[in-house]
Amino acid sequence: MLLLIPLLPFLGFLLNASFGKRVSKALAGAVACGAMAGSFLVSLVAVWQLVSLPHESRAIANQVFTWISSGDFTAAFTLRLDPLSSVMILVITGIGSLIHLYSTAYMHEESDSEYARYFSYLNLFAAFMLVLVLGSNFLVMFVGWEGVGLCSYLLIGFWYQKKSASDAGKKAFIVNRIGDFGFVLGVLLLFVRFGTVDFQEVARAAAGVSPEAVFGTVSWITLLLFIGATGKSAQIPLYIWLPDAMEGPTPVSALIHAATMVTAGVYMIGRNAVLFAHAPHTLAIVAVIGAATALMAGTIGLVQNDIKRVLAYSTVSQLGYMFLAMGVGAYAAGVFHLYTHAFFKALLFLGSGAVIHALAGEQDLRHMGGLKKDLPITYWTFLIGALAIAGVPGLAGFFSKDEILFRTFSSGHTILWVVGLLTSLLTAIYMFRIVFLAFHGPRANPARTEHPEHAVNPSHRENIEHHLHDAPPAMAIVLIVLAVGSVVAGYAGLPSILGGGDWFARYLEPSFGVAPVEDVAAHGLEGTLMLVSIAAAIGGIGLAFYFFLKNRLAADALAERFSGVQTLLLNKYYVDEAYDAAIVQPIRIVSEEGLWKVFDVKVIDAAVNGVGQTVNGSSERVRGIQTGSVRTYAASVFFGVVAILGYYLWR
Amino acid sequence: MVTLNHYLILSAILFSIGTAGVFVRRNLITILLSIEIMLNAVNLTFVAFGRALGSADGQIIVFFVMTVAAAEAAVGLAIVISLFRHRESLNPDSFANLKW
Repeated sequence: MLLLIPLLPFLGFLLNASFGKRVSKALAGAVACGAMAGSFLVSLVAVWQLVSLPHESRAIANQVFTWISSGDFTAAFTLRLDPLSSVMILVITGIGSLIHLYSTAYMHEESDSEYARYFSYLNLFAAFMLVLVLGSNFLVMFVGWEGVGLCSYLLIGFWYQKKSASDAGKKAFIVNRIGDFGFVLGVLLLFVRFGTVDFQEVARAAAGVSPEAVFGTVSWITLLLFIGATGKSAQIPLYIWLPDAMEGPTPVSALIHAATMVTAGVYMIGRNAVLFAHAPHTLAIVAVIGAATALMAGTIGLVQNDIKRVLAYSTVSQLGYMFLAMGVGAYAAGVFHLYTHAFFKALLFLGSGAVIHALAGEQDLRHMGGLKKDLPITYWTFLIGALAIAGVPGLAGFFSKDEILFRTFSSGHTILWVVGLLTSLLTAIYMFRIVFLAFHGPRANPARTEHPEHAVNPSHRENIEHHLHDAPPAMAIVLIVLAVGSVVAGYAGLPSILGGGDWFARYLEPSFGVAPVEDVAAHGLEGTLMLVSIAAAIGGIGLAFYFFLKNRLAADALAERFSGVQTLLLNKYYVDEAYDAAIVQPIRIVSEEGLWKVFDVKVIDAAVNGVGQTVNGSSERVRGIQTGSVRTYAASVFFGVVAILGYYLWR
Repeated sequence: MVTLNHYLILSAILFSIGTAGVFVRRNLITILLSIEIMLNAVNLTFVAFGRALGSADGQIIVFFVMTVAAAEAAVGLAIVISLFRHRESLNPDSFANLKW
């Protein structure tokens, strides 16, 4: 039963990869969507079964086969469903199905074979992601972990004829590989320390160890695992691939780079909550990195002009929030934010996709404006998504973000709380910057842009005006469903202060093995903090309204005044350049001047050529023996026999 | 009386004569004949040992050797005839083309 969940998308992948070229787009799309929808239905049934079990023993395991059996080490290919993975599979298959449906319209202009290739990758990605979250030990998880990395590479570089796209694909793959290296080292160290790679056994073994007061083995294990998470989930220092990943088709950005794959790191930490809880030093690092990433990405997102890049930095920023939650021990809050974020970030990406689709590929915010009346469905759904992510009360993002901020504050991390609050303010500003620049205000005048060569020429412009249309039905339905989700999803975790019961956290409790802190006395504090974060959200929207709609000259003047900061942010803190200078160039120079021109040429090539020349030279001398005279040969055989016999006789 | 040693010495003499013939003579027919002498020297050894040890094995091997020798002579002479037709020569040194 559980096996069907990843198997259905995998079958979809096989079908589309083998026969997709020969069938119509409608059939290829139907196969892919059907596979995902089927997987979603099976997931629903499986989760229903899970929920009907008593609260403490909620887990369904399904051993498919014994994968590795070597000595006393065995690793089974086992799928295991528990509350945490049930949330994940519902998000993956649910949001995944919607994005598949959306893609059928979005990718309609591709040729038949490209269309099938796209859907086969998308299905393969879903299959691997489901293996990742359903795997019951690190090895099975690693299969999915690497698989989604591969699919991410394939999908980012989907338009591989475009150099920037194939470069971005390679960048994502290589940066992920660095993280995966840390992950593998972590798993090896874990095996050395605990003798098992099964999640439950590790948790049981870790529970018997007292939390490390000094930086010891468990801290190293968790730190290495966290390095893997920074690669997958785009955190400092390995976040650089995610903004570039926007080269892929927009639904891919929505599915992989917002809703699912990038949450793998958060999921992994949640899955090993017990282990991480015994390494307080690592948790502190996780929290600081998360907060730093959230703030840094938020500030960069403030000035980017590509609509998808702003959303990408916003994703990095929100993932930082999730890690902050993980780091302060609020695992349920982190996963809650993961779940609500999946709705509104998918919505925002798909909304931006609808805008890009309507404008025939235009992604620059400066070339948009006033789209509100032409794209009403896109506008209203996008607005709901923006309100949700900004943390306006009543929508999904408010509950989860507020929960994280509250837990951060109540666990005593005041500085991190301030950083989180600041990020919340930034989130509201950059999201409403998009809303106001793209949908409100005057239709952009190309002459106003700083890069005249990029300006759309008049005839092309008329085409766009003519082309301008709201989202086609398949896209519109998906946008509306996600908008509804962005409104209601948060009520699953309604905090008790607002009359809810923290149902989400209670549901997840058995998975983390760490009981959520129940502090009724803190309710007053929670209320105060809630008001503060509401103020931040509203304030952010207000600032965006002033600078990007009411008085755009003020924004320009501000940018003028702080042109140093503006340049720094536009260039993303020069992190790419710094990595290039500090890591890429040295490696290139050492490889070129040292490894290639010295070691390869003078050692390896020389050794190979030397062996050849030695054989050649000695043969030159030895070949004289072959005279062609039979009698000489007979004589040499005779004397040889005499010599050998003589040796044995007189030995 | 004739002992085993006498037979072995005769055999060694015959074998040496055959070997010398192979090396010294420059006529392919003579070389083939010398090889026959060597084979028969070995046969003599087999028979002598067979008798001395009271076993029939030596004699049996000799029959095999004689069969092989007959076959070898047939093939060898055929090759010699073929070579002679090509080069009008029986000197083995004139057939030294197969070299570096």
